[in-house]
Amino acid sequence: MNRLRIFLVGVVFVVGSSAFTQAVAVLPDEMLDDPALEVRAREIGQLLRCVVCQNQSIDDSNAPLARDLRLLVRERLTLGDTDEQAIAYIVDRYGNFVLLKPPVQSNTIALWFMPALFVAFALLGFAVYIRQSSRASSAPTALTPEEDAEINALLGSESESEH
Amino acid sequence: MKYASSIIPLVILVAVIGALGIGLTNDPRSIPSTLIDQPLPVFDLEPISKDIDGLASHELQGHVSMVNIFASWCPPCRIEHPTWMQLSRSDAVPIYGVDWKDKPEDGAKWLSDFGNPYSKVGSDYNGRLGLDLGITGAPETFVIDKTGRIRYKYVGPITLDVWRNEIKPLVDQLEGEE
Repeated sequence: MNRLRIFLVGVVFVVGSSAFTQAVAVLPDEMLDDPALEVRAREIGQLLRCVVCQNQSIDDSNAPLARDLRLLVRERLTLGDTDEQAIAYIVDRYGNFVLLKPPVQSNTIALWFMPALFVAFALLGFAVYIRQSSRASSAPTALTPEEDAEINALLGSESESEH
Repeated sequence: MKYASSIIPLVILVAVIGALGIGLTNDPRSIPSTLIDQPLPVFDLEPISKDIDGLASHELQGHVSMVNIFASWCPPCRIEHPTWMQLSRSDAVPIYGVDWKDKPEDGAKWLSDFGNPYSKVGSDYNGRLGLDLGITGAPETFVIDKTGRIRYKYVGPITLDVWRNEIKPLVDQLEGEE
């Protein structure tokens, strides 16, 4: 019961704090008059990394360079770029590094598939472990006559010494 | 056999620590430039004062040159400034400046206070050329070849070591190219 309560408090805290970090750095004077374009600019802004404070999107960061990039995205959209074209325009200048979600390509294969590989490896190891331990416990082999004799000798000598 | 298999987790652990350790030595600030071997973006920047010429991209054709992004508000630019003065005195290669996201009069004052190593300086007040060059801050330095293509980029304050070991050999090589 107590544990459940702690868990619920934790859930509320995590959800609440992540909702809080959604607060964007976009200032009113940057916003486009067309709400539909502004929504698209926001979505793009969340995909692009701020190159100054590298773990924030340009939408979250209040670094001056992030602001410049937000304005650039809006300029491209106003000029009639599609979302893909606007993103490509930035990637042409800053490289794939600005994409918070890196594309799957030859030099990112390890990044994308390593986790699956690790899980597969762990499952394999677990399966081998289970098989080995079940084989060991389910099939006790019979003792050889020598072993029987040894045990009897030991038990015999022990019971003698005790009494 | 039994010992061999029990050593596997240790081997994996050491490999992972090694890989992460190498990762730690990478500088997250130096982002590989996608603009290497690309032509310079087309630009035509206003001068920052009457005494110094502005800078346009077509003026960077036909000779090897260096373009330095600086700003009066940027402390590391102050650190690298003596190196630029020294290089400009040696006349090894034309040095051009871009006064980035800086009021032209502030940039001009900075140069008159500390000395002007640049033969031309363009004002990039709104930072647009900076975006086109994919820069992440000041200072940054580009080496431009005779055809006006970007061949090298250095992030952060330049030193004589960087000049001697990285830039000078490249400039010499580019001078030999047609």
